[in-house]
Amino acid sequence: MCEKRPMLELKGVGKTFNRGSVNEKVALKDFDLTVEEGEFLTVIGGNGAGKSTFMNVVCGTYPVDEGKIFLGGHDVTRLPEYRRAKYLGRVFQDPMMGTSPDMEIQENLALAYRRGKVRSLMPGIRKAEKEFFRTQLARLGLGLEERMTVKAGLLSGGQRQSLTLLMATLKKPDLLLLDEHTAALDPKTAAKVLAFTEEIAAENKLTTVMVTHNMADAIRCGNRLIMMQEGRIIYDVSGEEKKSLTVEDLLERFRASAGELSDRMILS
Amino acid sequence: MGFLSALPGAIALGLIWGLMAIGVYITYKVLDFADLTVDGSICTGGAVCAVLVTAGVNVWVAMLAALLAGAAAGLLTGVFHTLMGIPAILSGILTQLILWSVNLKIMGQANLSVSARTYGVVISQLEAGWAILILFGFVSVIIGLLYWFFGTELGCGIRATGNNPNMSRAQGINVGLNKIIGLMISNALVALAGALLVQYQGFADINMGRGAIVIGLAAVIIGEALVNLICRNFAVRLAGVALGGIIYYIVYQLVIELGMDTDLLKMLSALVVAIFLAIPYWKKRYFSGFHRKKAAKEPPAPPPEGGETAAQEPPAAAPLQGGQSDV
Repeated sequence: MCEKRPMLELKGVGKTFNRGSVNEKVALKDFDLTVEEGEFLTVIGGNGAGKSTFMNVVCGTYPVDEGKIFLGGHDVTRLPEYRRAKYLGRVFQDPMMGTSPDMEIQENLALAYRRGKVRSLMPGIRKAEKEFFRTQLARLGLGLEERMTVKAGLLSGGQRQSLTLLMATLKKPDLLLLDEHTAALDPKTAAKVLAFTEEIAAENKLTTVMVTHNMADAIRCGNRLIMMQEGRIIYDVSGEEKKSLTVEDLLERFRASAGELSDRMILS
Repeated sequence: MGFLSALPGAIALGLIWGLMAIGVYITYKVLDFADLTVDGSICTGGAVCAVLVTAGVNVWVAMLAALLAGAAAGLLTGVFHTLMGIPAILSGILTQLILWSVNLKIMGQANLSVSARTYGVVISQLEAGWAILILFGFVSVIIGLLYWFFGTELGCGIRATGNNPNMSRAQGINVGLNKIIGLMISNALVALAGALLVQYQGFADINMGRGAIVIGLAAVIIGEALVNLICRNFAVRLAGVALGGIIYYIVYQLVIELGMDTDLLKMLSALVVAIFLAIPYWKKRYFSGFHRKKAAKEPPAPPPEGGETAAQEPPAAAPLQGGQSDV
């Protein structure tokens, strides 16, 4: 066994919204989590369990109240969102959010290819890169390699999520963050995007964290699963035990912890 | 006859305002930032140029100084917006007001004459034909520079910032810094236009920037309407904006020739711009077919008379029905 290093570490992270008011909401409480290199972690939990807050504090959308966050071994607790991007590849729930609609597909890829680099007065996209982008786009099997100069805004939701996924992984990130990235897609497209996600994660041995509402996906994908509730991890399972999980098991866990099940989870 | 003889003057003025409108284009279209600083920074550019030229400084140096003064104004607005969290419109208004005092202090009076007969200026309305030629050169060079810049890594980052700030941050782009850079470039161009305007008309005036944003927007809108259908190339679109400025001034001249009360011109300009700004909204709201499609797609058609009536109802009512069937 080779030595694995932690790619994401949260140590004693706490986040409370509207502190001191009637609307006070503890979103994360003394939250500890370590994700090892190459691990594919799925995160489930009901509404208000703290999944989104967890994602957002990792990205740096808002600062934490207490605790520390490490990405790829670097302390990023105080880094603003754009500087953490160096370590992160992200795909959002909303297909609109991951691409720049008025820019060409290849320009979007070129932007992503420079993630974490200082943006200079050199050309925004080079000839040699275009060929590389073409081969990468061809892998999606969507024919986008023939439409590289088309504006990203003209793509469908599924195409955009696939493109965003490609952008997130074009430059290998220390951590790939997927925030319910198939939730806004129709089932067929969602399955396709998810399949590509697994393929690309496996091929590049990406450390991945995927938040999902779909329990079946959460069980099938990845090699570790955590369930969150009220800002804590209430269930953490990996390896053989995870493989043998069923949706019923997870539902049972929810009930046991008296968790509120969201309609979306039951329906999915 | 009067109109024809006024035509060169209108074209020259149009080119100057076209240059100013290119500045507006950068904030309004590229950065998606409605920047009202321009009403002040165009005057700042004019004031700096006028003061320096009348003090005997070389006119090119004076124009460079005007350019830098404009960039400083943009920097201030950018700082208000990004570091102090003030909404875009308000940041611009604050800077505009600050510039009012600054401009008065620069000039030392409300009005400063820069006679082409006394001072070495680059363009003057005394020689409108020559002015058109020089301005054409100015506009071409600036479009070329901007085309190059917005193709660079930094420039692409600025475009992405205006287009999708969330995505930009996720790609490691410093959104705040990019907004400031964009505002500085925009206001630098606007101030340069102010410097050219002062030379052309032969005086700087504290009121010369009033309503500049409306003229700039008008030029941007006309330019977009002209060029959008033909070509989406960035340089061509900028050229379209400059052309928009020219058309604006030709129409302006024409309206004056027809005997329109000049007191009403600003009001008319603003109303025309308001309507053109509304068109994309109306298009989306009433003509995209989105609402009708959505109503038709809704599986259980609630009205007992059948789904056809639902599809034919005014679009405004359609979302309501969609809402009811959801419940």
